[in-house]
Amino acid sequence: MSYLIQGETGERRLFMGNEAIARGALEAGISVAAGYPGTPSSEIIENLAKVSAERHLYVEWSVNEKVALEVAAAASLAGLRALCVMKQNGVNVASDFLLHLSGSGTRGGLVLVPCDDPGALSSVNEGESRHFARMIEIPLLEPGNFQEAKAMIPWAFELSEQLRTLVMVRSVTRLSHASGDVTLGPLPTVSRRAFFKHDGFILDPMEGAMLSGPVELKHTWQQEKVAKAVEAFESCPFNTYTGPAKPEVLIVTSSACNLYSLEAVRLLKAEARVGILKMGTTWPLPPRFMEKHLRRADTILIVEEVLPFLEESVKILSAELAPVIGIKKFFGKRDGTIPATGEMNPDRAVAGLAKALGVSYAAMPDAYAQKALAAATTGAPDRDLTFCPGCPHRASFWTIHNALQIDNRQGFVCGDIGCYSLAMRPTGYETLKTLHSMGSGTGLASGFGMLGRFGFDQPVVAVSGDSTFFHAVLPALANAAHHRADITLIILDNSGTAMTGFQPHPGLSVDAAGHAVQALDIARICEAMGAEVHVSDPFDVAQTQERLLALIGAGQGLKVLILRQACALSPQKKGRKQFQIRIDETLCRGESCGCNRLCTRVFKCPGLAWDAKQGVSRIDEVICAGCGVCASLCPAGAIVKEEAK
Amino acid sequence: METVDRSLGADPYNLIITGVGGQGNVLASRLLGNMLMARGYHVTIGETFGASQRGGSVMSHLRVSGQSDLSPQIPRGQAHLVVSLEPTEALRVLREYGNQDVYVLCNMRPIHAIGVISGEARYPEAEELKQWITDLSRQAWFVNATEVAMAMGNPIFGNILLVGALAATGVLPLDRGHFETTIRRMVPADKVAANLTAFDRGGQLVAQG
Repeated sequence: MSYLIQGETGERRLFMGNEAIARGALEAGISVAAGYPGTPSSEIIENLAKVSAERHLYVEWSVNEKVALEVAAAASLAGLRALCVMKQNGVNVASDFLLHLSGSGTRGGLVLVPCDDPGALSSVNEGESRHFARMIEIPLLEPGNFQEAKAMIPWAFELSEQLRTLVMVRSVTRLSHASGDVTLGPLPTVSRRAFFKHDGFILDPMEGAMLSGPVELKHTWQQEKVAKAVEAFESCPFNTYTGPAKPEVLIVTSSACNLYSLEAVRLLKAEARVGILKMGTTWPLPPRFMEKHLRRADTILIVEEVLPFLEESVKILSAELAPVIGIKKFFGKRDGTIPATGEMNPDRAVAGLAKALGVSYAAMPDAYAQKALAAATTGAPDRDLTFCPGCPHRASFWTIHNALQIDNRQGFVCGDIGCYSLAMRPTGYETLKTLHSMGSGTGLASGFGMLGRFGFDQPVVAVSGDSTFFHAVLPALANAAHHRADITLIILDNSGTAMTGFQPHPGLSVDAAGHAVQALDIARICEAMGAEVHVSDPFDVAQTQERLLALIGAGQGLKVLILRQACALSPQKKGRKQFQIRIDETLCRGESCGCNRLCTRVFKCPGLAWDAKQGVSRIDEVICAGCGVCASLCPAGAIVKEEAK
Repeated sequence: METVDRSLGADPYNLIITGVGGQGNVLASRLLGNMLMARGYHVTIGETFGASQRGGSVMSHLRVSGQSDLSPQIPRGQAHLVVSLEPTEALRVLREYGNQDVYVLCNMRPIHAIGVISGEARYPEAEELKQWITDLSRQAWFVNATEVAMAMGNPIFGNILLVGALAATGVLPLDRGHFETTIRRMVPADKVAANLTAFDRGGQLVAQG
């Protein structure tokens, strides 16, 4: 049994924020959960999938975030409680449906959990989902600690069912991927029957058709729902004040920034001078509750991450309330007290609070800081991210890079989102020349591929992972096929959504809960679109290069090369070496070879090491995954591979 | 639940586990967190695992306290203990979180960054690393956990050896009983014995050191 559902009510557990959210959904009695993998959100659906049989849930990894929200919404329309989960930019993908769902309303409780990644620790953007709540007018909650990450979910479901609207509960990396205390609540027995009533009066929200029109009427209804949400927020248990009755500085904060603010007050020993107003309901802010607390101090510091979302709401309310609360002095992002980009941390919070209080704070004595900096600068060489040892992407990009060099027509690769995004860095020989959103590599390539009439003659290559292919490449590929764009799409098929922890996708014969399902065949889909399709094993470097050169050099139209080799961390491969690799020191000629130390200086697999003293390459047997690719590259035949026992 | 039975010497007590993606940082932090929670403490863990498995530096921040609601990130200069699975990573952590009173337990097995493999950067000598880490700490223990783990048949036991070594240093209230209860919940039954052996061998590394 998964530990998510072990333990008695009242027991205290160490839960990751995402586990707390998943547990909260179980305590809320959900029936359906859907999402698309994306750091830092993936563990929520993963954990729910593990208990789907025991808790009688339907849990799926949907093809993309928009479909995930549609799947969850269908459950709501049929009267069930449903949870939808995605990372921040997933909300952009889902936003068209989101807008119309806010118009149509919902029935069974429906909660959307986006997990934002301030500072882009595992993203290529630091986009924010909070603004969508304001833009499409749905209530927004933000947990301020681990217990709230669990407790807020049932509260959000109650609110959703009271108002018949979608509710957003937004998390961030430092809650989702951090762990802390969570006290377990009871798990309910759910026996709702799914049924979609649709034959009542057309404007009946519980029995009629579910439509976003008539638009003005439904928009008015949504605004009335939001007004009711504000009433609920006035007495919401997740809005709290801690501190003296009349502090010198009032911090207004939410989410993980609540924890940094608490730390800042502690580090400055300013408990008697500073109060913290932690908002769990951040859009819209409840005006009477805010008035009561904004009265406390003349100086307000707003601590939040990325854009000044909370700050703007507080300032609008403060302007409206000025006749009763007086004129305030504000510190926040707008005046530069809190950095405008990147994630917050205790150090940034303490710097902001020190400024608002007019005190100074030194985190580290200068002498130690200088000594440590000097040692680390010399002693800790930068550690750039690399493809894992045995990763098929290293071999794939080695070949793609070399083929474009040999072709010698300034060809380039449009990148996409996955582990293979790293190919913009040295580990992938800086092969990617564009990198945007899911599917954009193929969309851009489709556009480049139409520019021949303007003199454009560079070969255009796009790459896509197998999960990304289904998520957003399909429409771009249809576009390229239909318009006969001259491009080569390389599908890096490593048999799973490897980047985020091996979630299944429609190309695999297993679903989120481990059930057997129909696998869609990527090659046949591409063929049906009229593409010329080839399949190669990227570990066979010579054959892959030959195929790719032929495709790049071929005439017009859409060409697809599928490079198929499972991820080195996939369950079938992890911990097993296909080959035992060793260096024959009598054959390795080191710097005198003329290969420019191809294996270490150029190929750069972390399973290799350069022994400067002996002047030969070495295999790091702890790290080497035994893929054998380096053995096929060494011109001296000094890297020897033998089938592992 | 037991009550707190030994003073940590600081509240919150700030422990950083660091290493390179793929070394088992997250497992080690979970294990230590659960062992300390079994002692009655509140534990908060912050992970940086975007780089996990991809050769980047990774860090877990553990805050151990009599109360909850701590920041999952330790403030600059505030570490009490650094456990490093790789020696250059200890220096990187000390630069941000170190102070003259910090304890360091360091595994000496190097993992070369690709800049080192390609020859653009130099990896320091073991003796240099020991000197720097000693200078930047109150006390440091250096162990060769990966080599012992390899001799046991799998380098991934390195992190369990370090947990055993940490228990043997006595800087935190960790004992074999709590390790055994916790590891039984975290790994399949047939792996428990090997993990207990790794824990014990780790303790011997410090005793010998």
